[in-house]
Amino acid sequence: MKPFDYQRAGGTAEAIAGATAEGTKFIAGGTNLLDLMKLEVEAPARLVDVSRLPLGGIEEDGDGLRLGALLPNSDCAADPRIRRDYPVLARAILAGASGQLRNKATTGGNLCQRTRCHYFYDTSQACNKRSPGSGCAAIGGINRMHAILGASDACIATYPGDMAVALAALDAIVLIEGPDGTREVPVRGFHRLPGDRPDQDNVLAPGELITGVRLPAPAGGRQTYRKVRDRASYAFALVSVAAVLRIEDGKIARAQLAFGGLAHKPWHDPEVERLLAGEAPDGALFDRAADLLLRDARGWGENDFKIPLIRRTLKAVLLELTGEQA
Amino acid sequence: MTERAAGEPALTATVVMDAPDTRNRLDAMVQGVISKPLDRPDGPLKVSGTAPYAAEYDLAGCAEGVLVLATIAQGTVRNIDRDAVMDMPGVLGVFTQREMLRRPAQGTAGKAPVQDVAKVDYFGQPVALVVAETFEQARAAARALPVTYDDQSADAVLDPENPKAHIDRGEKKATRQGDLDKAMEEAVHAVDTVYRTSGHASAAMEPHASIASWREGELTVHGSFQMLRYNVQELADSLGIEPERVRILAPYVGGGFGSKLGISEDAVAAAIAARELNRPVRVVLSRQQVFQAIIRRSETRQHLRLAADAQGKLTGIGQECLVSNLPGESFAEPVVQATTFLYGGANRILQVDTARVSLMTAGSVRAPGEAVGMPVLEAAMDELAEKVGIDPVELRKRNIPERHPSRDIPFSSHSLAEALDAGARQFGWEHRAPKPCQRREGEWWIGMGMASAARVNLLMGAEARVTLRPDGHVLVESDQTDIGTGSYAIFGQIAGEMLGAPIDRVEVRLGDTALPAGAGSGGSWGAASTGSAVFEACQQIRKRIAEQLGCEEEELTMRDGVATAGNRRHPVGDLLGETPLEAVGTLKPGKMGKEFAQASYGAFFAEVAVNAYTGEVRVRRMTGAFGIGRVLNEKTARSQCLGGMIWGIGTALTESLEFDTRSGLLANHDLAEYHVPVNLDVPEIDVLLLEERDPAANPLQAKGVGELGTCGAAGAVANAIYNACGVRLRDFPFTPDKVIAELPAP
Repeated sequence: MKPFDYQRAGGTAEAIAGATAEGTKFIAGGTNLLDLMKLEVEAPARLVDVSRLPLGGIEEDGDGLRLGALLPNSDCAADPRIRRDYPVLARAILAGASGQLRNKATTGGNLCQRTRCHYFYDTSQACNKRSPGSGCAAIGGINRMHAILGASDACIATYPGDMAVALAALDAIVLIEGPDGTREVPVRGFHRLPGDRPDQDNVLAPGELITGVRLPAPAGGRQTYRKVRDRASYAFALVSVAAVLRIEDGKIARAQLAFGGLAHKPWHDPEVERLLAGEAPDGALFDRAADLLLRDARGWGENDFKIPLIRRTLKAVLLELTGEQA
Repeated sequence: MTERAAGEPALTATVVMDAPDTRNRLDAMVQGVISKPLDRPDGPLKVSGTAPYAAEYDLAGCAEGVLVLATIAQGTVRNIDRDAVMDMPGVLGVFTQREMLRRPAQGTAGKAPVQDVAKVDYFGQPVALVVAETFEQARAAARALPVTYDDQSADAVLDPENPKAHIDRGEKKATRQGDLDKAMEEAVHAVDTVYRTSGHASAAMEPHASIASWREGELTVHGSFQMLRYNVQELADSLGIEPERVRILAPYVGGGFGSKLGISEDAVAAAIAARELNRPVRVVLSRQQVFQAIIRRSETRQHLRLAADAQGKLTGIGQECLVSNLPGESFAEPVVQATTFLYGGANRILQVDTARVSLMTAGSVRAPGEAVGMPVLEAAMDELAEKVGIDPVELRKRNIPERHPSRDIPFSSHSLAEALDAGARQFGWEHRAPKPCQRREGEWWIGMGMASAARVNLLMGAEARVTLRPDGHVLVESDQTDIGTGSYAIFGQIAGEMLGAPIDRVEVRLGDTALPAGAGSGGSWGAASTGSAVFEACQQIRKRIAEQLGCEEEELTMRDGVATAGNRRHPVGDLLGETPLEAVGTLKPGKMGKEFAQASYGAFFAEVAVNAYTGEVRVRRMTGAFGIGRVLNEKTARSQCLGGMIWGIGTALTESLEFDTRSGLLANHDLAEYHVPVNLDVPEIDVLLLEERDPAANPLQAKGVGELGTCGAAGAVANAIYNACGVRLRDFPFTPDKVIAELPAP
């Protein structure tokens, strides 16, 4: 770990003012950043500790809820309103990490979780995300966990988290405060595709701080989060599906779907949702939805299996939520 | 240091296992502590954080060392720019002495492994040690240290199945008997197929760590090791000093699973730096370094051939294997070890070839050989049972040989048939559908599978000292380690049983080379070998007390601190006066290991669920039945079996070392990415311990248990997957990608 300056922010404005300089990182729960700093994958010159800012808790916000940026994952998943009205979110959070990590991990920090690509984590290896211009060792290497959608020649890493996949399905909004004031960004647009700048995971500008996440009014319907992984717990998603489905008169009135493990961001495809809306559920429809979802999919060798796997998983999820026989 | 009895010299006695010990002495004792499911005395210390592990000693003036690992697969170090880091805060030195270890020592080596870190044999090999005042300073400097190489990685073979790999044929150790090709041609039923298993990491919780300090030319190392009697030799030889000048302390070891059988790079590096800096030095490997720089279990390719007659009686067995290791390493994963004796069949080819690769050292990882050879043999047997059209349990029973199938010697004890029956009964095997795809619950296919368990039984030389004090207190001492297996508990139970001491009156001191040399923890031999030395020491004490009472040892009863012979009863204090009675027992293996085929046996039964959509496999329940000779402690024996079966779940479903074959990098070098089973992967597991005595094994009539629990377990899971969904997988571990590749979409 390289030496760094540390500042404990007394207020949000102070935190933002202290974080505009190059090489500055915010730290909250530290469940990801500290590991990366020990390995020198991240070597910030300065840490601004936001963990004591008054950004916790869950508040009513119009018809929806506002999750504080510092709300621990565990508290979010355990909240009765979340469990009742946004079960996909509670399930997604509980599908991630371990109890100990969820106690420390925060809403804002978890959105900023970095990829688990082996080559990103090992400073002896080429990685455009860690060290722009050095290349991508995952292409042609160990890439079983990597992206099948939206990747680039510069980076085929995936966003590893679960919570954000559920937030993308729910069409939640990230609340951001920065040197130039506040702004709101849909979760669906918060993470970037790698393109030629894979070092940029998301759209946050220097000094911008996530202050919270707004959940829209409860979507109702049936909700689930299905995570397929190599072991039963404490493993990153091979693929995952966050799904919110409203059924009316035997037809899918509305489908909200987001996918984990497929791309550099929680994957959301409005065309797939449109295809399903208004249709009577059946297996053939679900196959067509998968075809559409995967129209631009490509594997990189070890991860070719994700294409049939997400197809099968999506079908299982849709069958489950529509009450068709699985 | 140890308390030595004043006055009288210690009694000594040596037992050599040249004949079966049918006296069955432990069964004649009356204290009633042997075999009981007693708690480990070290347990409360461990769970309360008060049992110090290797890195946790606070030595005055201790400096901190961090190893620097090579980032090439093969070559030589051209230059290490010390000056670039010497001015960094706290840095005390950069060490590259030629005595430093390039590879860890193999188990029971007893001499220095490959040294000289100027040459690079594998990605992740230590090339230097950086020492600083604090750990953080040392780590920062280690990361900053510029190392340049003459990189010859382009010539390195990093894939054992690369046709360019040099293959050392294992013909010398192979079994070749009859004509297997002909047997296959003439077989009524035959299986001829190739299986593969992945490389494994030991993944012990406690990382490898050493604190070295010198005083007047004498070296003391607090370390994490399994076999101190060998480790002290390895360390001394590496440093070029006499073993008498080296003392190792390892009273508590946080798991080893083979990775701590021999010394590792940290120990020698710490000793050299401590000598040069004239102050104690601590070197702790990071989790990533443990994965990259210690040992791996080799991956295997196994060509299985089974030939059988119409009734399923084997006429031939072939298990021809390819494993890998670095050039110059003699260790080859002994894949066929149990196949040599488990089933009959006159025509046999059992051979292990070794591909030479530039990957980290392959060595003994939990149950070397059987851990990967048995699941494959047992999966192939399942294929054969289907072809013959008989129950898999019945197929095993038809093929249990009367004598060792190649060596014409008898078995010492053999409970395979009993384990198969008892396990099947306990598990409810009669409910298994004979054909696959018969049971569906929602998205899940449900199936059952079984496998035999077998693991060679080994006995190693050992010494232990036992002291009976006038107050009836018993002290047991040996350098034997307890790596979490229960040595402290078991030796206390043996001594307490023999000398009539309640367990709270027995103290056991272990893990210090100043004490008599035990057998070490490995190969499942620690409890029986060192336990036999404890037994023998106790026998001498009993004999002396019997002499004082004027009776034969066999007529002596000792219980609760009272010795009884006929109608004479004496508290031991009255007999000893003021003087503790001290005895050193020595065990030597003798001829029994050659005159009998010795092994522990068992049977595994597993029920799994396979998700028809996602290919995820979950083990729903498991039963294991085991014949291990005398059970020394029912609780620790059961725990060993449970742990072994959990290893089996990992072998079947999740564990795999992933090397980048371009660079030699071990990609999944931490516990987040190398997937050992977690709690949710582990279902209810039943363990049945069969009543058995093995007089040829040792004076305790006990056999090894530690590794048996995993020797075939993964095969039961594989077979259950087939029974569930009709997919026969032959490339362990069975991750969802491999399952859906074979399982049609619903």
